Amino acid sequence: MGKLFAVAVIAITLISVSFFVMHTWWMPIDISTTGPAIDHQLEETMTGSGLLFLAGQLVLGLFVWQASDKNPARKIKLFPGGASPLVAAAIILVGIEILTLTFVGTKAWGAVNLAPAAADSLHIDVQAEQFAFYFRYAGPDGQFGGLHPDKIDDGSGNYFGLDPANDVAARDDVVVGSLVIPVNRPILLSLHSKDVGHSFYVPELRIQQDFVPGIEIPVHFTATQTGKFEIVCTQLCGLGHYNMKAYLQVMSEPDYEQWLKSQEGQ
Amino acid sequence: MATTILPPGAEITLDDHGSGKPPERTPRQRQVTMPGSQAQKSETGMWVAVSAIGMSFAAFTSAMIVRQDASTDWQRFQLPHVLYLNTLILLASSVTLELSRQRIAAMPDAARHAAGSAKALLANGIYWLYLTAALGLIFVLGQLLAWRNLAAQGLFLATNPSSSFFYLFTALHAVHLLGGMGGLFYVLRKLVRSGGAVETSGLSAFSIYWHFMDLLWVYLLLLLAMRM
Amino acid sequence: MHETSASHAAHQHAAPTSFIRKHVFSLDHKVIGKQYYGLALLAVFIGMGLSWLMRLHLGWPAWPIPLLDKLSAVGAPSGVMTPEYYLSLMTMHGTIMVFFVLTNAPFAAFGNYFLPIQIGAEDMAFPRFNMMSFWTTFMAFLVMMAAFFVTDGPPISGWTAYAPLSAVGGDAGPGLKVGQTLWAISIAIFCIGSLLGALNFIATTLDLRTKGMSLARMPYCSWAWFVTSVIALLAFAVLLPACILLILDRTAGTSFFIPAGLVLSDKLQPHSGGSPLLWQHLFWFFGHPEVYIAILPSIGIVCHILPVFARKPLLGPRATVGCMIAIGFLSYMVWGHHMFVSGMNPFSATLFSVPTLFITVPATILTLLLLGSVYGAKMRFTSASLFCLGFISVFISGGISGFFLAQPSIDIYLHATYFVVAHFHFVMAVASLFGVFAGTYFWFPKMTGRMMNEALGKLHFWLTFVGVYAIFMPMHYLGLAGNVRRYSAFVDDYLIPLIPVHKFITIAALLTGAAQFIFLFNLIWSRFKGPIASENPWEATSLEWSTTTPPPFDNFGGKHMVVYNGPNEYGVQSSDGKDFIMQTSPEKAPAS
Repeated sequence: MGKLFAVAVIAITLISVSFFVMHTWWMPIDISTTGPAIDHQLEETMTGSGLLFLAGQLVLGLFVWQASDKNPARKIKLFPGGASPLVAAAIILVGIEILTLTFVGTKAWGAVNLAPAAADSLHIDVQAEQFAFYFRYAGPDGQFGGLHPDKIDDGSGNYFGLDPANDVAARDDVVVGSLVIPVNRPILLSLHSKDVGHSFYVPELRIQQDFVPGIEIPVHFTATQTGKFEIVCTQLCGLGHYNMKAYLQVMSEPDYEQWLKSQEGQ
Repeated sequence: MATTILPPGAEITLDDHGSGKPPERTPRQRQVTMPGSQAQKSETGMWVAVSAIGMSFAAFTSAMIVRQDASTDWQRFQLPHVLYLNTLILLASSVTLELSRQRIAAMPDAARHAAGSAKALLANGIYWLYLTAALGLIFVLGQLLAWRNLAAQGLFLATNPSSSFFYLFTALHAVHLLGGMGGLFYVLRKLVRSGGAVETSGLSAFSIYWHFMDLLWVYLLLLLAMRM
Repeated sequence: MHETSASHAAHQHAAPTSFIRKHVFSLDHKVIGKQYYGLALLAVFIGMGLSWLMRLHLGWPAWPIPLLDKLSAVGAPSGVMTPEYYLSLMTMHGTIMVFFVLTNAPFAAFGNYFLPIQIGAEDMAFPRFNMMSFWTTFMAFLVMMAAFFVTDGPPISGWTAYAPLSAVGGDAGPGLKVGQTLWAISIAIFCIGSLLGALNFIATTLDLRTKGMSLARMPYCSWAWFVTSVIALLAFAVLLPACILLILDRTAGTSFFIPAGLVLSDKLQPHSGGSPLLWQHLFWFFGHPEVYIAILPSIGIVCHILPVFARKPLLGPRATVGCMIAIGFLSYMVWGHHMFVSGMNPFSATLFSVPTLFITVPATILTLLLLGSVYGAKMRFTSASLFCLGFISVFISGGISGFFLAQPSIDIYLHATYFVVAHFHFVMAVASLFGVFAGTYFWFPKMTGRMMNEALGKLHFWLTFVGVYAIFMPMHYLGLAGNVRRYSAFVDDYLIPLIPVHKFITIAALLTGAAQFIFLFNLIWSRFKGPIASENPWEATSLEWSTTTPPPFDNFGGKHMVVYNGPNEYGVQSSDGKDFIMQTSPEKAPAS
């Protein structure tokens, strides 16, 4: 029974680890400037914890195998050195790993969430609602119109509750259902929610940020590759949560300008 | 401390729990909580209960602070003056509670079931307990007056976050106090029926609770006065 | 000499005679412990059934599930689950499992039964409060079950019930009217039951230890129950206010959690000024200690049981207890790691990340000490010991995935993906439950007087051990691929290729779930037909094995137990040729 346990633990461990190592299911490509630091952090953690995982399970298997020896003359053995070396090892090794990861990880975190957005960022207003994302561009005047929740009318496409009749700045605001951005340009998103909590997640950008009703939350990034990617909601928001998504389209600068002109013309 | 009265000359042996060391707790004059006694268990339980209640009011306090800072709609208002009078009444009830305990503890052990002066002492002690209960009841009625005062100003539970927290804190405190009064009547019943067997009456545990309600109220009053 | 009157103090009640007093409204902690166990058993099979429904829908969304339309015609017309019904089943699954299974079984059930016996007391400190705490918990369960049967169905906001989704009422979606209010009321009632229980555990441990039972000689599971009850006291004392505020927002028009300007179902909501983050802070301030409430008792149970079958002492008993206390203390400092991407101040992310990573230290020490306790053992392989060994394996697995999530930078990517689902299921659903299984196989003889069937127990272990890895290990891969959690279906472009993995997990879940019926059958069969158990069938040292099987009404038949040894005297030469010395034996172990 003990040998069977040891074999089972080791087999399960090796099979599990192999899928991690082979990257059979893995993160998608990284298309952001802050992504590599996060990926690096993840890979360091994966290596370190992978080794700990392997070691822990293999040691368990080995000890159980040895403990299953049925020789009646065998005496029990106490762990050499007792508890103290294990306690010390745990504190020192885990302590070092914690400090390293914290120190390095803070930089990766800071780049995303603490560093201010670049001064010349393209500013886009994002609204999340049950169950869609909408994106607003300031238009040629470079100014966003004010938002009035009482004026929201999805039927006529006034998702943001703009008041173009009275608000000059709102007249040229561009509202679309996809997030279209130029490549290699700093982007600043302002996230706000119309109703409940939502979240903005683009795996390729390595960005995730909740929308909190009542607060406007900034998110900034720079995309490094063109392409079409999915933005999905990751904060449970109701029955349509699974279906709540939008596309992120990263275009070349000229293509983006062309797109924007065509939107502003409408 | 509980008031367990020992016969004169009694030897007190406190369990060393196998440690072999002399026990740390030494009896103070005639007031001793016997380890493993009903009074000690009740006291421990009451301290634990009081910690939990304190923790929950701490949670409400932090909720209030966060809520006040989350938005600009906090509307300050004048606290009804009756609250200050109520505070004095509640503090007085703690005093009467202590007076009661003094009198009951002063009863000689042998005289518990006897007639005469001992019985008078017990009756006297119990009288002060009834007074404590009365003061508690007056406090709660006073709180009701405070609510009526607020309602007359148009401040109800959902009117404003400040009034929400006012009603919430005062109502929760009053509910706990009424629970305490239930406990007080339980203690009174036990004392009267047993002819003054104070260690099994729960009086020591009850007084922890009651004094805590007092302190809690003073804290709440300061909190409300500062924030509203 | 005044006798320490623990015995007199504890037994103000005589042995009951009527059926109601013996089995229903009983003051006896042993009956109450069994009642908690029975409630947890009922709850876990309901929770498991819910998980089957969820997994079936995720693997095969269009496939009609037989009889589901009988449970809810609105939720599953013709047996095909609506998205909202999936979310309500998911909410109830999480709620029932976390509260009614993982807080009840390892803690309230085994703790109530064995804590007084292990410390040599005749009952808990407050038997009437104890009875009240069980029936309060049971009432909370009934209120929770009622949510299944209201017109609108159970809530869809998850066991975490984030505001404003949970606070604004029916405009936000189905299940959020009466269902959500019932949920909040049920949890509030549950808080009161748990607070009463925790109070009892603490007072009992502090005041009712028998002569010679110093804190240093307490069994490790008693220590775990004690630390857990301190955590529970302070944690549930915060959840109750949170539920009260939520109920007020829902019913009294207050705005604790709901800000201004929300438009739901085309209606501008009347609330203003509230903070959704306030709910998250209050909830997680409770929620994180809660998960340690779920795991610590199982750690204690494994530390208690493993030495019995290893026939050698637990390595580092003082460090073990120290780590439990450290974990309890640290558990209150880490709640923000559930909120890294919530919009709270990003500086606080580091503040929460450091203690979160730091909790790894006592957890690692515990794991290493358990491994060191297996080293050199003469292991007796029984169902109980196999689950203890399995616990070590799954605790390692679950703990390591936590390492990733504790770092804010990595959490940006992994938050709200299946990686998180994998992590908490490994530590809570698997590790904690393994402790419960080990405890059941170990203590069943003492509680019922009969042995469980070993062959069935071992079969249960093997199917479960392999099964849980098959279910939850692949979820890590899904999370790394960015698979978002709490989705009722996978329709996004990047998720569709992952559906075959979900199908695999579903099949594994169904098979592993089926294996649990072996356990249930074993429990029921052995209760009536199992071989009679001796007083100490496992040759263990602690006080529960120094009394009859099952224990009498007052636990020790009127004897005042005196304790001479700690619980760890295994692998010692005793004067009667055995390899262990019981705690109540006056014989002292030879100095090593």
